[in-house]
Amino acid sequence: MADTMELRDIEVWDGNMAASQALRQVQVDVVAAYPITPSTPIVENYGSFEANGYVDGEFVMVESEHAAMSGCIGASAAGGRVATATSSQGFALMVETLYAASGMRLPIILNVVNRAIGAPLNVNGDHSDMYLGRDSGWIQFDAYCPQDAYDLNFIAFKVAEDHDVRLPAMVHQDGFMTSHTAQGVHTMTDKQGFAFVGEFQPMNDMLDLDHPVTHGVQTEEDWHFEHKARQHHALMTIAMSKIQEAFDAFEKYTGRKYNLVETYNVEDADAVVVCMGSSVETAMEVVDELRAKGMKVGVVGIRVFRPWPLEQLAEVLKNVKAIAALDRSSPHGTVGMLFNEIAGTMFNTGTKAVLTNYIYGLGGRDLTKAHLVSIFNDLKANADAGKLTTPLQQYIGLRGPKLSFF
Amino acid sequence: MLEIRWHSRAGQGAVTGAKGLADVVSTTGKHVQAFAFYGSAKRGAAMTAYNRIDDKIIMNHEKFMAPDFVLVIDPALVYVADFTANEKESTVYIITTHMTTAELVASQPKLEGKKVFTVDCIKISQETIGKAIPNTPMLGALMKVSGMYEMDFFKENMIRVLKKLPQKIIDANMIAIQRAYDEVK
Repeated sequence: MADTMELRDIEVWDGNMAASQALRQVQVDVVAAYPITPSTPIVENYGSFEANGYVDGEFVMVESEHAAMSGCIGASAAGGRVATATSSQGFALMVETLYAASGMRLPIILNVVNRAIGAPLNVNGDHSDMYLGRDSGWIQFDAYCPQDAYDLNFIAFKVAEDHDVRLPAMVHQDGFMTSHTAQGVHTMTDKQGFAFVGEFQPMNDMLDLDHPVTHGVQTEEDWHFEHKARQHHALMTIAMSKIQEAFDAFEKYTGRKYNLVETYNVEDADAVVVCMGSSVETAMEVVDELRAKGMKVGVVGIRVFRPWPLEQLAEVLKNVKAIAALDRSSPHGTVGMLFNEIAGTMFNTGTKAVLTNYIYGLGGRDLTKAHLVSIFNDLKANADAGKLTTPLQQYIGLRGPKLSFF
Repeated sequence: MLEIRWHSRAGQGAVTGAKGLADVVSTTGKHVQAFAFYGSAKRGAAMTAYNRIDDKIIMNHEKFMAPDFVLVIDPALVYVADFTANEKESTVYIITTHMTTAELVASQPKLEGKKVFTVDCIKISQETIGKAIPNTPMLGALMKVSGMYEMDFFKENMIRVLKKLPQKIIDANMIAIQRAYDEVK
């Protein structure tokens, strides 16, 4: 029996500590990990909790991220509650095994502390790794601050382990901007935290010797398509409703409310930015300041990135006149991912909104409040004119000559 | 909103100092933020750490800051780091040095006409803790200059923040905090 850790109601934790405390409180059975900056403290803290008797689990040290996720897959298929953490190049090395985890329907939780992918080598936060994971069949939650990183881990276990879902989930947070920023985090007691998720209920576990199963089989043209279609179906229908149920249950449990799409002052807004990560909160503060000057502006934050909340987002944006998609990842040869997703979301709705794209914050470059004010000024001009008054894709916060396309 | 920027060398404890301060302030019901800029982590490299303190929840995650207090915990950084970046007229500087405030200002003209306080956190930490870890004494100096909290309250909470350290080290830190509080000028 693991020891209980006494926590204050509000602990000053960075995003990494918040995530590792959640892993401790849900009593993860196996963490197989190969630490990488800036996610290192998550598994380091878990290792320390385990060594000091605060969790009844196994910490498996491996030789690479590929092996880390492979170890997680083995432990999950065997019938355990499993989690790990990674970032950047480590995430990239994990990619092959991510598809194995989701295809085998294993409810592993992966904390991804978002970081740029080199070259050039860079340890700071951007969304390149998060974007890389988006077709891998995992559920992807996005935290904006340490409190979210704590809460969304509980929600992720609740959803992923549901026997109707059985899909792995990532909890994303911004490298350094969230992972190494200490803020007040409202905690649950160990008992409360564990009770929200409950005892792990294995399904099709390989250690159930009375009911032998095979994981990771080969299917060719005969069955592969049906398996992938079923996985997509689960993400599109079951996962979406189970995530909403988990958000509702969590709100009842703690009073803290999460939504598939987070909105701030959007109802009557003419101009809205759509973004992810810590930028969402900074943009909220800018909206407060611009509202005080009479500008009708708002913020939309994507909380659940996969499955993509298409219907919810279309509803939220239906009356907006100018939208900016803020992408913190280099699209290398096209418009940003959020631009594409929003365009696809809105295309058949009859909207006349003007949609533009900003690339920002690569490799940890600061997104300042002044940058956001300039974006909202662009949007106001677009909303007033009812058409593009700026290039479609602009770089913001880039040194040197202004860069834009289309 | 109260904003503080620390100038330090990696390994001198600015991040621990910023997080410790955030922890103490949080117990009074205020909202806090503590973060740092890291490059590739090299001990001895110049780095900065930050605190934000407010009565309402802090949503701002920009790294840009026009600080109310600048805390310099390595004496050489006033000559090599851009420690006056984004300063305001009201910015208060607390600087670790063996010099008097007048001698320091004479040696670094950027400080002329500014609100400058000095204290030798390096010497204090060497004499009390036994190592040049100037972060906790700087907090003692900050308490004196800012009047943020009563010393007893602050020390009581710092004991909790440092609770994982051996008792001898905690006691030495308390002496260091008190000395910096008394010696800052």
